[in-house]
Amino acid sequence: MSVLTRRVLPYPLLSAFLLIMWLLLNQSLSAGHLILGSIIGVAGGLAISSLQIPSGQVRNLHLLVQFAFIVLYDIIRSNIAVTRIVLTPGRVAKSGFLYVKLDIRNEYALAILACVVTSTPGTVWVNFDSAKGELLLHVLDLVDEDEWTDLIKNRYERLLKEIFE
Amino acid sequence: MMEVSPTLPAWVAIVTSILVLLGAALTLIGTIGLVRLNNFYSRVHPPTLGTTLGIGCVLLASMLYFSVVKQRLVVHEVLIAIFVTITTPVTLMLLVSAALRRDWAIGDPSVPVPPGLPEEAERPEPLPESDQPTS
Repeated sequence: MSVLTRRVLPYPLLSAFLLIMWLLLNQSLSAGHLILGSIIGVAGGLAISSLQIPSGQVRNLHLLVQFAFIVLYDIIRSNIAVTRIVLTPGRVAKSGFLYVKLDIRNEYALAILACVVTSTPGTVWVNFDSAKGELLLHVLDLVDEDEWTDLIKNRYERLLKEIFE
Repeated sequence: MMEVSPTLPAWVAIVTSILVLLGAALTLIGTIGLVRLNNFYSRVHPPTLGTTLGIGCVLLASMLYFSVVKQRLVVHEVLIAIFVTITTPVTLMLLVSAALRRDWAIGDPSVPVPPGLPEEAERPEPLPESDQPTS
């Protein structure tokens, strides 16, 4: 990327997303909206650049798509699981806290993991100790701790590591 | 705006209704869970039914219905899905963090001790830099 491109588009992904958002909101692909959307994209990227966010890089787009489908599948599965817990009369879920030691340090990978873990019903991201790399989770159905640790470590973290690091 | 088109094919009407009902049912189950479960940390879980699959079903129904009625692809609902997916976890994490800090402050034995502190110690203010999930 040339110096000029980097100066105008410090965050190309964000700018592209803003453009797509603008076109979707207006439900139009006309030249006028393309130009206006591009201006908004560039302006948004420049505005964000004053916050000096570390720029991340997706190293493997194919894996990111695969990750999205895995998460979608898990969300559907855990929706069913939580529904069952709520609707079973008299059932008291054995919920509890769980520590998981993480290896990833990339901010974007951690942010995505936090969103995935929290938006999946049944698990909530509680605390992350970045010095020790210890993640504290709350799990609604904590019957088998190893199963949950395995889910975080092998199903999510391994992929995120490959995508971002 | 929501008038039923006379040309709406039966399968679209059926699929849309099923999706809307499913989404509404999941959201209802989520709120029932919020009332039924017995402690704060457990209660955080069920409402996510509504913000994941619940809203997903309603948005799919909306995309299908309006794509057929307007006879062009209507997909700007995707934006709602993206923003809900990004913003609800942040709210939930803040709520849980706040609850945890409260329980640390009153010394509730049912929550784990703050990181880096011995089990039997008096629990002082939690470590300031460990409260953000991402920095």
